[in-house]
Amino acid sequence: MLTLHNCLLLSAILFATGVFGVIARRNVLIVLMSIELMLNGVNIAFVSFARFYPGSSQAPAGHVFVLLTMAVAAAEAAVGLAIVIAWFRNRKTTDTEEMRSLRW
Amino acid sequence: MNEASRCLAVVPFLCLAGFLANGLLGRRLGRNGGAAVGVAAAIASFLFSIPVAREVFSTGEAVKADLFSWIDVSDLQVKFAFLCDRLSVIMLLVVTGVGSLIHLYSAGYMAHDASVPRYFAYLNLFMFSMLLLVLGDNLLLMFVGWEGVGLCSYLLIGFWFEDPEKAYAGRKAFIVNRIGDFGFALGLFAIFMVFHSFDYETIRANLGDSNIREKLLHTFDLGIWFVDVKLSLVGAITLAFFLGAAGKSAQIPLYVWLPDAMAGPTPVSALIHAATMVTSGIYMICRLSHLFVMAPPTMDIIAGVGGATAVFAALMALAQNDIKKVLAYSTVSQLGLMFLALGTGGFSAGFFHVFTHAFFKALLFLGAGSVIHALSGEQDLRRMGGLKNKLPATFATMLIGTLAITGIPPFAGFFSKDEILWKAWEGCLTGQNVGHGLVLGLLGTVASAMTAFYMFRLLTMAFLGAPRGSAEAHSHAHESPWTMTLPLIVLAICSVAAGFLNVPHALHGGAHFSAWLQPVVAAWPEIATAQHVSHHSAERGLMVVSTLIAFGVSGFALWIYLKRPGLPAEVIQKSPGLGQLYALVRDKFYIDEAYDRVVVRPVKLTAFALWIFVDVLIIDMFINVAALVAEVVSEAARRLQDGVVGTYAVWFLAGAMLLLGYFLYILGAA
Amino acid sequence: MSAPILSALLVIPVAGAALVALLPRENAREAKLAALLTALLTFLVSIPLWTQFRPGNAAMQFVETRAWVPALGLTYKVGVDGISVLLVILTTLLMPICVLASWSITDRVKEYMAAFLILESAMIGSFVAQDLLLFYVFWEAMLIPMLLIIGVWGGRRRVYAALKFFLFTIVGSLPMFVAIIYLYFKSGAQTFDLETLRAALNPAGNEPLPLTVSAARWCFFAFALAFAVKVPIWPLHTWLPDAHVEAPTAGSVILAGVLLKMGTYGLLRFAIPLFPGTAAEFAPIMIVLAVIGVIYGSLMCLAQEDMKKLIAYSSVAHLGFCVLGMFVWNDKALSGSILQMVNHGISTGALFLCVGVLYERRHTRLLEDFGGIAKVMPWYAAVLIIVTLSSIGLPGTNGFIGEFLILLGTFQVKKLPAIFASTGVVLGAAYMLWMAQRVLFGRVTHEENEHLGDLRGREWATLLPLLVLIFAIGVAPNVFLNRVAPTVENYNRQIRAAIRHENERREAENRHRALMTPLEAPGPGDSRK
Repeated sequence: MLTLHNCLLLSAILFATGVFGVIARRNVLIVLMSIELMLNGVNIAFVSFARFYPGSSQAPAGHVFVLLTMAVAAAEAAVGLAIVIAWFRNRKTTDTEEMRSLRW
Repeated sequence: MNEASRCLAVVPFLCLAGFLANGLLGRRLGRNGGAAVGVAAAIASFLFSIPVAREVFSTGEAVKADLFSWIDVSDLQVKFAFLCDRLSVIMLLVVTGVGSLIHLYSAGYMAHDASVPRYFAYLNLFMFSMLLLVLGDNLLLMFVGWEGVGLCSYLLIGFWFEDPEKAYAGRKAFIVNRIGDFGFALGLFAIFMVFHSFDYETIRANLGDSNIREKLLHTFDLGIWFVDVKLSLVGAITLAFFLGAAGKSAQIPLYVWLPDAMAGPTPVSALIHAATMVTSGIYMICRLSHLFVMAPPTMDIIAGVGGATAVFAALMALAQNDIKKVLAYSTVSQLGLMFLALGTGGFSAGFFHVFTHAFFKALLFLGAGSVIHALSGEQDLRRMGGLKNKLPATFATMLIGTLAITGIPPFAGFFSKDEILWKAWEGCLTGQNVGHGLVLGLLGTVASAMTAFYMFRLLTMAFLGAPRGSAEAHSHAHESPWTMTLPLIVLAICSVAAGFLNVPHALHGGAHFSAWLQPVVAAWPEIATAQHVSHHSAERGLMVVSTLIAFGVSGFALWIYLKRPGLPAEVIQKSPGLGQLYALVRDKFYIDEAYDRVVVRPVKLTAFALWIFVDVLIIDMFINVAALVAEVVSEAARRLQDGVVGTYAVWFLAGAMLLLGYFLYILGAA
Repeated sequence: MSAPILSALLVIPVAGAALVALLPRENAREAKLAALLTALLTFLVSIPLWTQFRPGNAAMQFVETRAWVPALGLTYKVGVDGISVLLVILTTLLMPICVLASWSITDRVKEYMAAFLILESAMIGSFVAQDLLLFYVFWEAMLIPMLLIIGVWGGRRRVYAALKFFLFTIVGSLPMFVAIIYLYFKSGAQTFDLETLRAALNPAGNEPLPLTVSAARWCFFAFALAFAVKVPIWPLHTWLPDAHVEAPTAGSVILAGVLLKMGTYGLLRFAIPLFPGTAAEFAPIMIVLAVIGVIYGSLMCLAQEDMKKLIAYSSVAHLGFCVLGMFVWNDKALSGSILQMVNHGISTGALFLCVGVLYERRHTRLLEDFGGIAKVMPWYAAVLIIVTLSSIGLPGTNGFIGEFLILLGTFQVKKLPAIFASTGVVLGAAYMLWMAQRVLFGRVTHEENEHLGDLRGREWATLLPLLVLIFAIGVAPNVFLNRVAPTVENYNRQIRAAIRHENERREAENRHRALMTPLEAPGPGDSRK
């Protein structure tokens, strides 16, 4: 039953899970992973629209966007993890509640 | 350019060169070098003005020298050019001649001063400015000189700047003069509006144009509250110029700076505050006489102010004990007489008094300087006396100067002053305008009677009787060096001889001076001038009366201060009313104090109040309150920034939901 | 096409700034030298602007045009005419003087010098830009270096002064930015080019005016506000005394000498030509504010104890004269106004340098800390007196020519404002001489003052060019005026024509509306909602 509706539902569930993870979890690694989830949720939406939108074979914009997002996500994960490691070395924590040196 | 105009072009710049040499290289020149350069510059300018004068006197035509175009903007074209005509040639000779003598005198007088080069630099700069004033061929150049002499006056009054009082006196002179210059400037603006030019010749030529005459005589209603004032344009212009003249020539209400100006070195008082600069107001009015006679109300105001100043200042001169202050008030008073003459249409009479006054007042000041020099700086008449034998040359020349200013025939002052008195009395004695003439005539006569008194008081207290100062000072007193006595002698000769240039028709003279000026100054009032011949006997009668008054008052003063020196004090003691009056006169009617209360302090107070209330309190309050609001709001807003990623994510989500909701709403609506 | 002088003037200082910034931190002396050489080079490059300027030509000269962002109608267009040529040269002349006057700076030298050089580029850019957006870029770019100069190298209350300066200026200039964008769309020209916009906003024939009356008023107001803050016109002036007092000497020189001219220049170049009709409508208000500025500024001076504050308030008065001369549309007044901008840069710059000389020796600017200085520093006294006299407009100095032309020209058009403004001349003498007296004359009352050294070589080098100019402009103003006059005549002719034209059109429209309204009112198109 690969309908557009179901695909979008999956996309929304993934995205919402990601949002929940970013907001509710305090471990910075989990937050990063949740961001990946959100991105992937969006990716699914792109792909499904590309699949079901007539005429998309001539202008595969959705697919291109997904590729772009994946590249950005990889870069973001690399930079993010590097920051997390640097932070962990200095402060011995991965708790986001304790990472608040940038407040007012 | 012929030789005369080449010389004319050079004359002022010689003085400028002297100024530059002394000003820039003063220290290298040293005292003697500085004095030599300064004196040489002045004398050279005199020598170079001789060919100019010869040319003017022989042809009667003006000598001109065009130098360059100074300001040239749209319809404003001002040349930097000199013009030496019948009027300015006299000023030229007086300024360079008397100026040279005073430079020479200064070399002796200032010999021991610490900054001789600076002194001569200023003095030369003054000569330059004065020559610009006199020789400029347009009103703007006159204004340049006008402000320039004011500057030099400021610098020279405050020459000994370490004394704050003297520096203050200089500043006072400059600012009061600037008030006058304000009037002068307004006059310039209005002149340009009418004539589109500042050139004397253009103005004079266009005065005949009927359109311009109509424009000038156009009357404005200046109804302010209940007072209904009608003022013609030319009336406004001339009043503005008269304000300028009153500032420079120390007339009521702007005379207050001149007595204080005596803080400067005495030769400066002689040159600037007696012989030349202060007479430039009269020169200016003579220059514009054709304009002034178009505004009879202004003429009346000039005559009235002049007469009032003459009497008022003479009154104050009676009670001064500082030898220079007596002479200063005397100068104010004599200037008042000159304005009295101008206001009654006696332009040549007033100008002739400028001419003779330059000699005898410079002489008197230089004589006073010689006395002060001999007594090592003593200026108080009460500590002088008995100097006749110590300073014979000074005494003799001072005596001549005193006789001249008193109006004793045949000294110069007799001729010039009687000319003025005749102009003042003319309306009364010829029966044309009795009340007017009576008031002005009385003012003039009273002022000259008082002149006789205070001058003989000064002469007697300084030179005659027994010495009243310390014996030591008296024994040290010595005649001044030749550099100082020579100018005295030359000026004394001029004070005797100058009057004969203008022996009136009434005494069967040729009135050469008046005849000479007649083509360049206006004739006014026209009827009186035409009927002049028929009143010779009245004029002769007036001369006799005023000569008798001069003799009488002089004798009276001599008698009091020689035989009964205690008399004034006794009289004052006996009658408290007179004593109070005396104190009032001695303290100069508290005019300075009144100005301070009414003008100076309120202005300063307003300034301070405006600063505190408007700038600091009101305007800055707006700014600071705005800044405060911004600070408070941002202080609250920055609390949102708690540093926790989770919180940011929540806000982010909320924002995203809001946006989404908004878009959905729009979609729904569409 | 001739050499791109103006672009060179924009590039050289920035390049110099980059060079200075790249120097190692220890080499303070080299940084100063590099900055001085850059400033001198800029000055040398600007000399052809003077020599090759064609005085008889009223149009823009040395014009360079390049497409910048064609899609947005943005062009890089620079040029100078009689209004701006003197100001550009004044800027390049004052800059080496400022660098020399900053020789005693020890703190963060290279940043300081770089800031000054960048400021120079921005100032020149503002004077030469012929494209509104380009102008706006330079205009805002000036703000940052000046903010830093006051805020970092300033006196005790530098942060307050810097913020005040910044806020006043930015509050003034943001509405201008909005107005620029608005004009871009509403003029129908889709361009930022000044000349095209001017033509579009003031159509010659009977084409419809692109802006409604109230829109034109708002736009004029936005432009005028930005410039009025910079001038500063009363009552927007209170940032100036604070900024001057806190700024370092060279900062004050450049602030008074050039930055304030941005305001008057902007009014002249943008606000008036773009909206001549509205400018004429608001002229009475501007004239009154200018006269208030003259008198009020002079009065303020009488209440000051700090020399810099006094001179700052005197700037308010002097620039009041400039503004006065602009809003009467008289050739003499406008020429005087432009000359007076230059004069004020010269004499007030020199006054601030004089204050700096004393400040370096005594670290105070309070009048009461001085007295009798003429005895100790005679040459300094002579210089200060000359500069003072120039500031109060004594004939023979530059100040006289400017003030006289303004007042003379204004008097021909508006009597009362000219008369009131003339009283400023009396007050000017009062406060300036009062200052000179308290500093120079009297006895030396403070022991510290007894052994102050007279002017040194470097100080002479900063003051001498200005002294020469003071007399040069005073004695031979024609040399300067004949470069200004043709532009001014052309400018005024255009503005007067535009004002007349616009008034006629508005009147005609009003008549038309008055005729049409009663007929149209009950028509069917006028449905009630």
